[in-house]
Amino acid sequence: MKGWLFHLAVLGVLAVLAVILPAYHANNLARVLVLAVFATGYNLAFGYTGMLSLGHALFFGAGMFGAALPVTLWGWGGLPVLGTGMLAGGVVAAAVGVLALRTKGVSFMIVTLMFAQAGYLTLIYCNAVTGGDQGLVLPGAARQVLGLDLTQDGSRLWLALGIYAAALAGALGLVGSRFGRVMLAMRENEERSRMLGYDPYTVKLKVLVISGLYAGLAGAAYGVFFGYAGAGFATVQYSILPMLYSLLGGAGTALGPLIGAAVMFWLIDFASGLTNAYLMLVGVVLIVVVLFAPRGILGYVRERWLPWLP
Amino acid sequence: MAAVILQAKGLAKAYGGLKAVDGVDFALNAGEIHALIGPNGAGKTTFVSLLSGRIAPDAGQITLAGQDVTALPAHLRVRKGIAYTFQITSIYPRLSVFDNVALAAQSQGARDLAGAVGVALGRVGMQGLAGQEAGTLSYGHQRLLELAMGLALKPKVLILDEPTQGLAAGEIDDFGALVRSLVPHTTVLMIEHNMEVVMDLAHRITVLNFGRVLAQGTPAEIRANPAVQAAYLGTDDAAA
Repeated sequence: MKGWLFHLAVLGVLAVLAVILPAYHANNLARVLVLAVFATGYNLAFGYTGMLSLGHALFFGAGMFGAALPVTLWGWGGLPVLGTGMLAGGVVAAAVGVLALRTKGVSFMIVTLMFAQAGYLTLIYCNAVTGGDQGLVLPGAARQVLGLDLTQDGSRLWLALGIYAAALAGALGLVGSRFGRVMLAMRENEERSRMLGYDPYTVKLKVLVISGLYAGLAGAAYGVFFGYAGAGFATVQYSILPMLYSLLGGAGTALGPLIGAAVMFWLIDFASGLTNAYLMLVGVVLIVVVLFAPRGILGYVRERWLPWLP
Repeated sequence: MAAVILQAKGLAKAYGGLKAVDGVDFALNAGEIHALIGPNGAGKTTFVSLLSGRIAPDAGQITLAGQDVTALPAHLRVRKGIAYTFQITSIYPRLSVFDNVALAAQSQGARDLAGAVGVALGRVGMQGLAGQEAGTLSYGHQRLLELAMGLALKPKVLILDEPTQGLAAGEIDDFGALVRSLVPHTTVLMIEHNMEVVMDLAHRITVLNFGRVLAQGTPAEIRANPAVQAAYLGTDDAAA
């Protein structure tokens, strides 16, 4: 109960920000929220279940093109393509998971990375359909969802907040359930879990598909919100970003990915105003966090003050 | 003769040239406490790992209550009623005691999770510790938690791999009383090095040596068996 109220309050704060933020930062917040949806899904696999994947860029890209292609090929509208994008992320995650989950640990990381690279090259190769390097620009007519015109900053932010709220509620519900307890069990001790009657393969496959649905929805939203789908979003850095967001904010905490995404985004925003070598500053901050709060910002808060945080 | 709950026929497993388990025939009677003893390297842990499905046999057949389970993976054997508690305490140290036991109870589809966890913790006398993080428990309590997890699985057969290892004398007595209270509802198969515990608890004993069954019988029969004495129980020439 306390947990739900706390998270509701956080969403309330975000809603207030949506009202008062100036256009530039409102736009950034929309971007951060979509990336936080992506990272929240990543965190279900990584932070809660212990799967270190470098394949999530592929699920994100699948969502983006799963949304963009129905628009460019058949002229579909904004709301249905959010659904097709989400589905595409889940289906691709299932296909990758069926094969990649035969491995674990470092091998799993490498196999998922290979799949993602293969997916990226496929997007480039099929340039007649995907636009290759150029990508696809989505027409304004396709960027209308539930009466919201997503070419406008304000409506974009409100929809982003709505999607994030749903994603957060879904994650909280999942990790608070019996299945959520099994997810933790897989992370903590796979062999023990097998001897309690749980098949690690199917449990992890389920979580990976859920995580893929999150990535797909985020990719679709990113495409529809900002009117562009590009193969660049399927490159390895888009697998690493949600991992960094999770680690920075707190892997295995529900709000950690949002905090990580926000801190990282505004840190880069701020640092790139100071110097061209802004990634160095970002690196220093990451090292400091790993040294002094190895469980991330929210992991630290949970350890110190709020042990009930999910 | 009591009904056989778990049976192995011609069970074999080799690691390279080493025959860890070499054609073992074995029958566990429903409701008994059966001890598995033998010198180090006799193949005891390999044998129970074959029974629980943690490793696959090279040859042989395993039946649980008449049903062939040889091809079943470990997690499905657990659901059918073969529970295994680890030799080296294997709990989830970062989860609460409640969550540890709940994972076992919900695997059995317990509807009233809190109730099932309470019962299992009650049997090992740890009701008050449900909220504690498992990794902060004393060693003795961790062993008991492991046992509570096994009990919460409501197994037909509970396999205990050296359950008293590292326990203090008083804890061993409590453990003995607890195991006795499990039968005949549950059948217990335990690997145990502490001969006092074995002779005190077991209805029947199987002695393994070099992967084969050396002897089988009641504690009195085993104690009187010269081959066992030579191999294991420690006559002077056996120690040489």
